[in-house]
Amino acid sequence: MVYLTRKIEFSASHLYHNPAFSAEENRRVFGKCNNPNGHGHNYVLEVTVGGEPDPLTGMVLDLKELKEILEREIMTRMDHRFLNYEVPELAGQIPTCENVAALIWNLLAPTITKGRLTRVRLWESPDLYVDCYGDEAS
Amino acid sequence: MRLQLTRRYAFAASHRLHSSHLDEAENQRVYGKCNNPYGHGHNYVVEVTLTGKVEPATGMIAHLDDLDRYVAREIIEPFDHTYLNKDVAAFRDRVPTTENLCLEIFERLKRFPGARLVRIRLEETGRNSFECASDQNGDGHG
Repeated sequence: MVYLTRKIEFSASHLYHNPAFSAEENRRVFGKCNNPNGHGHNYVLEVTVGGEPDPLTGMVLDLKELKEILEREIMTRMDHRFLNYEVPELAGQIPTCENVAALIWNLLAPTITKGRLTRVRLWESPDLYVDCYGDEAS
Repeated sequence: MRLQLTRRYAFAASHRLHSSHLDEAENQRVYGKCNNPYGHGHNYVVEVTLTGKVEPATGMIAHLDDLDRYVAREIIEPFDHTYLNKDVAAFRDRVPTTENLCLEIFERLKRFPGARLVRIRLEETGRNSFECASDQNGDGHG
């Protein structure tokens, strides 16, 4: 098995707010992230695909194809967007790094058909990232 | 789907690699420059990886403020700007290699409430790092 990883960057804004909480509770739980005007990050996304190289091409998955999938599924959806208001799949969720990474997994897992999506690593900042794996892999 | 959250922290400390089980010549041979009697320092970077259920009300595996406070109390305050051999009781009779420091950090963080510690990764410099991961029983020696 060989694993290939492609890295992309996108910039987006978000805010943390749970409508079931009072204003005071939202401020206490989410702190600065509760600013109603939102705030932004430069997200770095590492997508790892595992598989056996095709004997004809020597590739698990053509990087050009992966680049196109990431452009279509992630960049057009999330780059320079306000995640709370412009990404319908996140409606009703707090757009934390955990939830955004899980959404990215759910968008990419069915789309990558050569090789298998092994890991999604989403960096929200240089000191925080979330890894997402399938149920069976480690 | 399984999610793991990783937070990175930094601290600076000095240490000397010297084993009481070895004589002077052996210590010098095994540890080389790291056996310098005055010690030497590093900028350590610790990656703390947790797993657990994402709480729907907050969207979080663990609240970062809680984790930051816990790590500050257990790791940063006791280790930052110290000489590990003398200032940290755990290393008075244990060589403070980065392997042992990694295990010590795992021990100190494994009881973090609300999420399960799965891995500690400790960078001693930009060129070398050490990891310990939980086994089924949740300790760092697996």
